Amino acid sequence: MSNLAIIPIIIPLLCGIIAIFFHKYVKAVRLFSQVMSIINLGVVLWIGWLVLQNGTITLATGGWEAPYGIIIVADPLAMLLVITSNIIGTACVFYAQSSLSKKQEQFYFYTFYFLLISGVSGAFLTGDLFNLFVFYEVLLMASYGLIVLGGERIQLRESLKYVLLNLFSSMLFVTTIAYLYSVVGTINMAQIADRVQQVDQTGILTTIGMLLFFVFATKGAIFPLYYWLPKSYIVPNPVVSALFGALLTKVGIYSIIRTFSLIFVHETNITHDLFLWLAGFTMVFGAIGALSTNNVKLIIAYNIIPAVGFMLMGIGLLSQDGLAGSVYYLLHDMIIKAVLFLLIGALVYVAGTSDLTKMKGIIHHYPFLGWLFFLAALVLAGIPPFSGFIGKILLIQGGVEQGQIMLVVVGLGSSLLILLSMMRIFMRCFWGEKEELNGGLKPIRSFTWPAAFLLIFSVLLGVGAEWVYPYVEIIANDLLDPSIYIDSVLKE
Amino acid sequence: MKTNDLILRTTTALIAFILLAFSIYLFLAGHNAPGGGFIGGLMTAAAIILMYMTYGLDTMNKVIPLNFKLLVPIGLLIATLTGVGSFVFDQPFLSQTYTYVHLPILGDAELATAMLFDLGVYLTVIGITLTIILSIADDN
Repeated sequence: MSNLAIIPIIIPLLCGIIAIFFHKYVKAVRLFSQVMSIINLGVVLWIGWLVLQNGTITLATGGWEAPYGIIIVADPLAMLLVITSNIIGTACVFYAQSSLSKKQEQFYFYTFYFLLISGVSGAFLTGDLFNLFVFYEVLLMASYGLIVLGGERIQLRESLKYVLLNLFSSMLFVTTIAYLYSVVGTINMAQIADRVQQVDQTGILTTIGMLLFFVFATKGAIFPLYYWLPKSYIVPNPVVSALFGALLTKVGIYSIIRTFSLIFVHETNITHDLFLWLAGFTMVFGAIGALSTNNVKLIIAYNIIPAVGFMLMGIGLLSQDGLAGSVYYLLHDMIIKAVLFLLIGALVYVAGTSDLTKMKGIIHHYPFLGWLFFLAALVLAGIPPFSGFIGKILLIQGGVEQGQIMLVVVGLGSSLLILLSMMRIFMRCFWGEKEELNGGLKPIRSFTWPAAFLLIFSVLLGVGAEWVYPYVEIIANDLLDPSIYIDSVLKE
Repeated sequence: MKTNDLILRTTTALIAFILLAFSIYLFLAGHNAPGGGFIGGLMTAAAIILMYMTYGLDTMNKVIPLNFKLLVPIGLLIATLTGVGSFVFDQPFLSQTYTYVHLPILGDAELATAMLFDLGVYLTVIGITLTIILSIADDN
C-alpha cells in the first residue's frame, strides 16, 4: 500500500493543469513541458525499478480497501508500459516545438499532451473496470483536443468520425460494465476474476466477455473494426499522429491482454480461438492496406494494423511464449510506430508532399533522415537482431507449439508485405536521382534527433534482449496465473 | 422596436440572488447531503447567465470583470491538490477527514476536507459553463 502507484498519473495531470495558466507564452510553456516530461520519465523509471525489484505496488485510493474502493495496481506489465509511454511522450514533446506552429502550441497542445499521458498511464495502472472506462474517457477527451488542433477542413471531417465512433464504443463499454456488475456484483477486476472462476464462466459471462472484446477491438483497431483508424490518424500534425499511433491503440490491446488473461480464461475454445482467426485477418488486411496506397502517411498508419494482429495472436495462444511475445511486441511496436510517424513527419516536411510518386532522391539532401528511416524499416519488419524479430520469434514459437501452422505462415507472409511496404517508401522517396528541392534545404535536426533518441531504445530492445527478456518472461508468467494478480489486490 | 423587458429585469434582480444563495447552500451541503460542487456550480452559473441575459454582455463584463476561463485550471488545481494533500500526512491518495468547530454566531459546524475538493469542482463547473455559453453568445 503506497502512494507511489498513483504518481505516474498525478504528475502529468498537475503539469497539464499548470500549463493552462501560461499557455500563451510559448517559450515558457515549452520549457516547462520539456523539463517536466524528463522529470516525470525519471520518476516513472524509478517506480518501475522498484516494482520490478520488489513486486507489485497497490494503492487503495481514499483508504477504501479492495474490493470496495478504486484500486491502483502498479504491476510489472503496467509499469513497463507506463515507462514506454513516457519515453515516447518525452521524445514527442521535443519534436513538437518544430513540428507545430506557434499558434497550435499556444492552443493548449501541452495541456492536452499531459492529460493524454495521464489518461494512458491511468488506463494501464487501474485495477478497477469502471475506472478503466474513466481513464479511457480522460485520454479520449485529450485526443479529441489534439486531433482538431489546427482546425483544418479535413481534420474536422475525420475527427467527427473519430469522435462518433469512440462515443459509441464508450457507450457500449459502460453498458457492458453494467451487465457485468449485474452478474458478478463487483467492478474490481481481481474480484471479477475470482468470481468468474467460481462459477466457471457461464454462458452469459462469455457473452459479456465478447462484448468487452468488441469495445477494446474498436479502440485497438482489430479486423473488422479498424476501418476508422488509418484516415483519422493521418490528418493531425505528425507529432499528434505519433502519440496516437504509439499509445491509443495500444491501450485497447493492453485492455484485451488484461481482461482475457485475468478474467475470461475459462472458455478459451470460444474466445481465444476466435482471436486467432481475427489476428490472422488483421495481419493480412492491414498489410494489404499498407500496399494499397501511395500516401506515405497512410502507409505508416496502415502498418499499425498488422502489428495489432501479432499482439492479438499471442493473446489467442495464451501460452508462456505467446504472451511473452505479445508483451515484447507491444513494447517494440509502441516505440517503432512513434519513430516512423516522427520520421514521416520530417519527410513530408522536407518534400512538401505526402505523395510517394512525387518524391525522389531525398537521401542525397538528407542522408541522416534516410538512414534513420531505413533502420526503422528494418526494425519494424523484424529483421534480426532488432526488437521486432524477438517479438515475432516468440510468437512463432508459441504458434508452432500449439500447431497453429497456418497462422504462423500468415504472420510471416504479412511481415514480408510490411517490409515491402516500407521498402517502397525507401526506394521511391529516398533513392533515385538527385533532384533540386523546391524551397531548398530545410533545417531538420530538431525533427530527426527525437526520432533517433527513440530508435536507440528500439535497437536496445532488440540487441539487449538478454537484459529485457527476463522481465517479460516474469510478466508472461504472472499473466498466465491469474491468482498472482488476484492475490496482490485482495490479499487480506 | 425596443423590447420591453421590465418583468425580466425586475424578477431577475430578485431571482438571481435567491439562486446564488441556494447554490451556495447546495455547495456547502454537498459532501454528505444532496447537493455538491457540481450541482452548486451549475446553479451559480445559471444565476450568472440569467444576469447576462437580462443586463447584456457589456454591463455584466463591467460588473464581473473576471476571466471565467481562468476558473477552470484554478478549480482543477484545487481539486487535484486536495487529493495530493494526503501525501503529506502519509495517507492514501484522496483520503479525507473532517472535524467539528465552534463558529461565533453560526454555532457548531462541520468542516470536511471533502469540501475543498468540492470547491475545485464548483469553480471548474462555473468556469466551463460560462466559457461555453459566453463564447456561443459572442459568436454572431
